[in-house]
Amino acid sequence: MPDSAIIIPSVLNGLTTGGLYALVALGLTLIYGVLHIINFAHGALLMLGLYAVYFLNVQFGIDPYLALLIVPPAMFALGYALQRGIIGRASHGRDENILLVTLGLSIIIENLSLYFFRSDTRTVDTPYSFDVVEIFGAFLPYPKVVAFVGALVTAALLWLLMSHTDLGRAIRALAKERKGAQLVGINADHVFAMSFGLGVACLGVAACLLLPSYYVNPQVGGGFVLIAFTIVVLGGMGSFVGALIGGLIIGVVEALGGLFLGESLGQIGIFLIFILVLIFRPNGLFGAKA
Amino acid sequence: MLEINALCKSFGGVQASQSVTMTVPQGGITSLIGPNGAGKTTLFALITGFHTPDSGSVRFLGQDITCLPPEAIATRGMIRTFQTVQPFAGQTVRENIAVGAHLKIRGRTEALAKAEDVARQVGLGDRLDMDAGSLTVAGRKRLEVARALATDPKMILFDEVLAGLNPSEIRDVIPVINTIRDAGVTILLIEHVMQAVMSLSDYTWVLNQGAIIAEGPPREVVSDPHVIEAYLGKGMAERIAKREAASA
Amino acid sequence: MNQANKLLMLIVVFGLIALAPMLITQESLLNIVIMTLYAALLGQAWNILGGYGGQVSFGHAAYFGTGAYAVAVLQVQFGINPWLGLVVGGFAAAAVGAFIGFCTFRYGLRGSYFALVTLAFAEVLRILSNSVDFTGAGVGLLIPLERSAANFQFASKEGFFWVIWAMTFAAFLTVWKIGNSRFGAQLMAVRDNEDAARALGVDAFRVKMGAIMLSGFFAGLAGVFYAQYFLYLDPHIAYGAAISVESLLVPIIGGMGTLFGPLLGAAFLHGLSELSRAVIGDAPGISLVLYGVLLVVMVLFVPRGLAGLASHLRSGKPAESRVEEGKGHA
Repeated sequence: MPDSAIIIPSVLNGLTTGGLYALVALGLTLIYGVLHIINFAHGALLMLGLYAVYFLNVQFGIDPYLALLIVPPAMFALGYALQRGIIGRASHGRDENILLVTLGLSIIIENLSLYFFRSDTRTVDTPYSFDVVEIFGAFLPYPKVVAFVGALVTAALLWLLMSHTDLGRAIRALAKERKGAQLVGINADHVFAMSFGLGVACLGVAACLLLPSYYVNPQVGGGFVLIAFTIVVLGGMGSFVGALIGGLIIGVVEALGGLFLGESLGQIGIFLIFILVLIFRPNGLFGAKA
Repeated sequence: MLEINALCKSFGGVQASQSVTMTVPQGGITSLIGPNGAGKTTLFALITGFHTPDSGSVRFLGQDITCLPPEAIATRGMIRTFQTVQPFAGQTVRENIAVGAHLKIRGRTEALAKAEDVARQVGLGDRLDMDAGSLTVAGRKRLEVARALATDPKMILFDEVLAGLNPSEIRDVIPVINTIRDAGVTILLIEHVMQAVMSLSDYTWVLNQGAIIAEGPPREVVSDPHVIEAYLGKGMAERIAKREAASA
Repeated sequence: MNQANKLLMLIVVFGLIALAPMLITQESLLNIVIMTLYAALLGQAWNILGGYGGQVSFGHAAYFGTGAYAVAVLQVQFGINPWLGLVVGGFAAAAVGAFIGFCTFRYGLRGSYFALVTLAFAEVLRILSNSVDFTGAGVGLLIPLERSAANFQFASKEGFFWVIWAMTFAAFLTVWKIGNSRFGAQLMAVRDNEDAARALGVDAFRVKMGAIMLSGFFAGLAGVFYAQYFLYLDPHIAYGAAISVESLLVPIIGGMGTLFGPLLGAAFLHGLSELSRAVIGDAPGISLVLYGVLLVVMVLFVPRGLAGLASHLRSGKPAESRVEEGKGHA
């Protein structure tokens, strides 16, 4: 049985990883909360964002954190176009169809990346890549701490946007009462696409904060998809706070699972949580909305 | 035949059924009326197992069927129809009705043959190979009746089979319901079309705000002051709302 | 087309396919036929649950991998004959289907939630097979080469052809029977409207359980065949997402809920990937890009698949002949 000297750093490490997961899940939960669709291409889009950050760094020497000014807006535009052009037209009255179309998109994005970027795993070199921060006697990688704080800030910004802007009000109105919102003159297609764009922009933020402590290859998104879904389901679909807490829980579960069961088997905890929550608490541990 | 005893159900604090007690005798047509939102469809859902009651019991043919799932209740011979018709779109009228026929009949050929018989009985004989999704409203209502009838039920619960039909279509469907009754099937129907309630049913129960407020032969019930109030109250509210909308 | 004609056509089509070993002498061409039949088997397995039952699965690798590992583990670890492994593999996959079905249908999981949970189950199995010793963990299992028909390892491709031909034919006959039985009628009723079906006495849970077990059984057979054909398995091959995607892509392209859809879809997909290989060369990922594009295009524009398109062209009627939704006033 490992003692607390191992467990505490492990938990803290899990929390910072969880912050990264939460960042990825925030976009997904925004998209789900408004459009009531599950974006299966979420992982692939994150991968695209990571490549964008990578190439900005390697080709133009732009620091990943500075790329926050470039990548999220670009991802926003991409998300807007995807929703408007493809995803929004796919449902034919069955939500599985959206799942299938976004699955198709993720296959396209992943394999195009494989074709253009090859399967090599790439990382960026920043002056702070290997810096550490000491918290409660545990040494945590500096980029992960930044990402953790970034996740909190992003969640707060999203919350402000949703509660204090006209766009946020329109999004919430549409999420709640589709027909009524359209009657009072909200352009549903536009607002849906804006929401999707915002969700994808969150991935842009995640990519910028993630890359300094992580890597990118064409398959990197796949690992995040189910984890992000698990967080969204755990936190209650559409809830930002839920996504944050869910992300932290998953991060800790993964870290402790890895500690006690080993790296490979440790991941199983996440999927078991996912299955159990979907079966027994489909509205999430914190969400009450049906 | 059907005995409902002190059935209660609430949804998030709203009492949809407040200790409903009613009986339906074997044979004949019994009706259940009441203003919009009185809880009629909820009561049907409680009887047929689509919702589970908070308390109370439902007995059918002397056996307790409370809390049984819908398919088990259907197997015992009580079939419901839906107010918003629910055809298996993309399948033909024949295939739709055969689903009902399969409750008692295993063989495919026999079930399809039975479906044809029933379709003729309800006046869908000329549309057997049509996609059920492309039927008119009147056609779908007939299909709903046909599917229920094909199960060879002892009792059918009709949820507003006449709603949405024009007067001539109503005139066409009423004899179909009478034929089913004459074949010995007990019928309980929820209905808004008063003329149909009067001409079809032998006995009427009135539901308002989840509770039974009157019962008796239809002609007596409609002159009951409680019933008039229940309906008129709603009428008044509508009139006031209209006046407000006009002045706004 | 009525049911008797469908059966006749099915027999004719598989009769024609049976001529392949006589007409095709090149092993590589016969290999394409074999892989097409194999994809049709996998797709038809998915079609039973997804097309006829309306339960879209993202995790058919769970059944495929179980069949594949069953036959491989029994041979490598216990020295059990793969023909017996074939039977065990099919039933083991059906049992996994029963387990997943029980966990999901029991609690009324539908639509996207069902899809995601099936994916999670497949992932759990992948991680498990990656972690335990008797599956060879991450290294995988190599089935020792011992070429003999008694050992389910044929010296020529023709032997494999007849095995996959027979299994696929059996799957298609089963699906024909589904389209012509009480079970099938009830399954499709549940797909189109579960509440209405239950009101007519259909035990939706039992029917869906039947579908997922049958579906798992045939996907398991496909897994067994794969293991014997390639003699190597690892967690990524057996339980990876690629198999789950292929098994849903085939019937979606060919036509969900149709008898011939999976065959059309399999032929189309393999034809396309051969073509793309000839035109573009063996670039990594390109054929999968085409698969993704196809999936998007089919769901967006041809939701009824190639089979739906064919019947639409034959009848000259619009593919979507839905009359404006009529609403009775409440």
